[in-house]
Amino acid sequence: MTTQDSSLDLQAHVKNAIKNNTALCIQGGNSKSFYGRTPIGQTLKINDHSGIINYEPTELVITARAGTPLKEIEYALLENNQILPFEPPHYGNNATLGGTVACNLSGPRRAAAGAARDYMLGCKVLNGKGEIISFGGEVMKNVAGYDVSRLMAGALGTLGVLLEVSLKVLPRPEAEITLTLEHNTEKALAKIIRLAQVNFPISANCYDGDRLFLRLSGTEGAVETSKKPIGGEIIETEHDIWQKIKEQQHGFFMTDQPLWRLSVAADTPPIKLEGKWLYEWNGALRWLVSSASAETIQAAAKKIGGHATRYRGHDQNHIDVFHPLSPALLNLHKKLKHAFDPHGIFNRGRMYPDF
Amino acid sequence: MNKNQLLQELGQILPSDVILHQKEDLTPYECDGLSAFRELPLAVTLPETIDQVTAILTLCNRLDVPVVARGAGTGLSGGALPHKDGVLLSLAKFKQILKIDPQRQTAVVQPGVRNLAISEAAKPYGLYYAPDPSSQIACTIGGNVAENSGGVHCLKYGLTVHNIQQIKVVTIDGELLTIGGSGLDSAGFDLLALLTGSEGMLAVIVEVTVKLLPIPERAQVILAAFDDVAKAGEAVGNIISAGIIPAGLEMMDKLAIRAAEEFVHAGYPTDAEAILLCEIDGTNAEVSEHILKIREILNQSGATEVRTAKDEAERLMFWKGRKAAFPAVGCIAPDYYCMDGTIPRKQLPHVLKTISELSAEYKLQVANVFHAGDGNLHPLILYDANNPGELERTEEFGGKILDLCVKAGGSITGEHGVGVEKINHMCVQFNSEELTQFHAIKSAFDAKGLLNPGKAVPTLHRCAEFGAMHVHKGKLPFPELERF
Repeated sequence: MTTQDSSLDLQAHVKNAIKNNTALCIQGGNSKSFYGRTPIGQTLKINDHSGIINYEPTELVITARAGTPLKEIEYALLENNQILPFEPPHYGNNATLGGTVACNLSGPRRAAAGAARDYMLGCKVLNGKGEIISFGGEVMKNVAGYDVSRLMAGALGTLGVLLEVSLKVLPRPEAEITLTLEHNTEKALAKIIRLAQVNFPISANCYDGDRLFLRLSGTEGAVETSKKPIGGEIIETEHDIWQKIKEQQHGFFMTDQPLWRLSVAADTPPIKLEGKWLYEWNGALRWLVSSASAETIQAAAKKIGGHATRYRGHDQNHIDVFHPLSPALLNLHKKLKHAFDPHGIFNRGRMYPDF
Repeated sequence: MNKNQLLQELGQILPSDVILHQKEDLTPYECDGLSAFRELPLAVTLPETIDQVTAILTLCNRLDVPVVARGAGTGLSGGALPHKDGVLLSLAKFKQILKIDPQRQTAVVQPGVRNLAISEAAKPYGLYYAPDPSSQIACTIGGNVAENSGGVHCLKYGLTVHNIQQIKVVTIDGELLTIGGSGLDSAGFDLLALLTGSEGMLAVIVEVTVKLLPIPERAQVILAAFDDVAKAGEAVGNIISAGIIPAGLEMMDKLAIRAAEEFVHAGYPTDAEAILLCEIDGTNAEVSEHILKIREILNQSGATEVRTAKDEAERLMFWKGRKAAFPAVGCIAPDYYCMDGTIPRKQLPHVLKTISELSAEYKLQVANVFHAGDGNLHPLILYDANNPGELERTEEFGGKILDLCVKAGGSITGEHGVGVEKINHMCVQFNSEELTQFHAIKSAFDAKGLLNPGKAVPTLHRCAEFGAMHVHKGKLPFPELERF
């Protein structure tokens, strides 16, 4: 466990880059370099800027430097019977808090509990003028000024270097079981939607093409009384299955073919695209292994108000790793990028080729 | 700006009966829920289609006329205060619930739909909209998004930002944008988060898709009395440490208890220094388990009395007292001024003690109502505006409370917004680099600064002038600026 404040070094580095007009690629544990486009520039390592600054279990808040290993955060929380409610994937041993937030990736609990952005309370950022600025704070409710903290979640470091992050945390559920049922796709999707409309303590669900997995979390009584009306069989390796899905180590993800991530309305019927599917988040998150063309897949997602991302196994220099934005939205993105990073030095091209 | 030209051009967009410009027609719009600030706009417009909104914004952009959007006008920070040279854009006619979708658990509504009307429309499907600001009978969803409204249930269910999925907005350039999507996330930056709580500064909201939740199988409330506010504060921490997130966790101090009890006879113990109201919801089994645990924790934390509502009528009565706290305080004093700071909960005893010292110093009584679970404090300062100088003294006292919240590690506003009311205190919470960053965000959306000018984010000059009156530790804030 290392604790070190390197913010002044990072600031000097950024100021130097501004002076020399050098683009910088922000890097934490390098566990998510597959995600997004390949940025241009020199590497700016943030790992040395590390350590938990403040953790108050009774206030449900943790503040840590961006380079803090994600596993260190999760371990500290677990010691106090608390969790990061969005169950972030690590994708490797070295995942950092900063990278996790910058990518806004959330795991199986997302549909029930919310995404990384939902738990952002505040952050300290190094912007593209080399200034260290703070937004939000360590309180649950704070509407002073624009919500820059949440904007940083998922911005992939294109708006600034995250230095510190404050997150809301929650108690770890007292009891947890996983149920499994065999269904075809239509029945499985319909079942998830039906269950979501009632007060069952379902904290995760996944349909892998053969079997539907449901995780129940809550008090002993809530879990116990819910399992019968839901039906299915309890599986004992519950932790393993969610861990495998979260970290994409499930057999479904073991492929050389391109992996797509489709985010759509939960009740969307099976999408008629060639390939293999895995469903999470009540059907709102759909993984697709397919060699169909990008145009076909993105058009299908757009048609139903969703979006499609080239997740793994693609050419990362491709123009559209993320779903193309409308011209008006792209224009707004460019202006916002300029508002935070006027010289365009951070993670140039990581999200869209235009910035 | 030539008023006649503006009216004539507005007349080409809208029927004449929805363009108001005579003084008597404008007066009902002169203020929002913060009536200490009043201003008449040049004109009020009441469009009813998105095309009309787009045309009004395009026109105002061309003529450089400020635009202030308004929902029900229930806001408490003057966010919808009109601009004297501007158009007030009322969204009151946008009151259609476009769709309740039980499969997706969403409702698509126009911005002028009232918060409570959404839950009422969703009820036949067993669903409801979780954020419940105290003004939910009257306030509109458009205003809720603009202010990122909270309510008594946000500890468990989050703020507006956590409960919306998509919005449609019109920019000052007249561009209609769809932000968010039908899934749980969308491509690009999280503009949904950026626009939520932006106080009408970035764009005008014309449609909102909210998330709906299943109505809990059961809800139950426990009332606990304490002879010491610090003990009540500790009890809150103890409940959370035990791994329980109540649906609502509210605290009231002695003066607030007495005022509420006199007003609605909720059965509150009037000799208590503080009471806690703790609501638990969920499945039947879960609620039963939590009630047992919470009663034990409250007793161990030194509660002098612990009461579980014996039936639904008593549960609603316990809440009625809390929800009537503001009007109740309004009955024991000619006027009151409602503050909205947030603090880390552990700072509560210190903050309440300091407020009570300030209360003695300013000779003004304070009743405290506290969203204890999430650290959002509403001190209500009692005053009489008819006494010369008392309003000014009240505002100064209020300012001291906000300073205190920032120093305690909190914020100047938890849910009411900055508006015009707390604009000077933004200079206490943010430095000039941070404020400059806010202005840069504003410029990305609205380069001419026509949307709700003068609200939410102060200019650096304003801060310099405000700072000259509030010198901290002998250091002049904003030293880089000229002084006038």
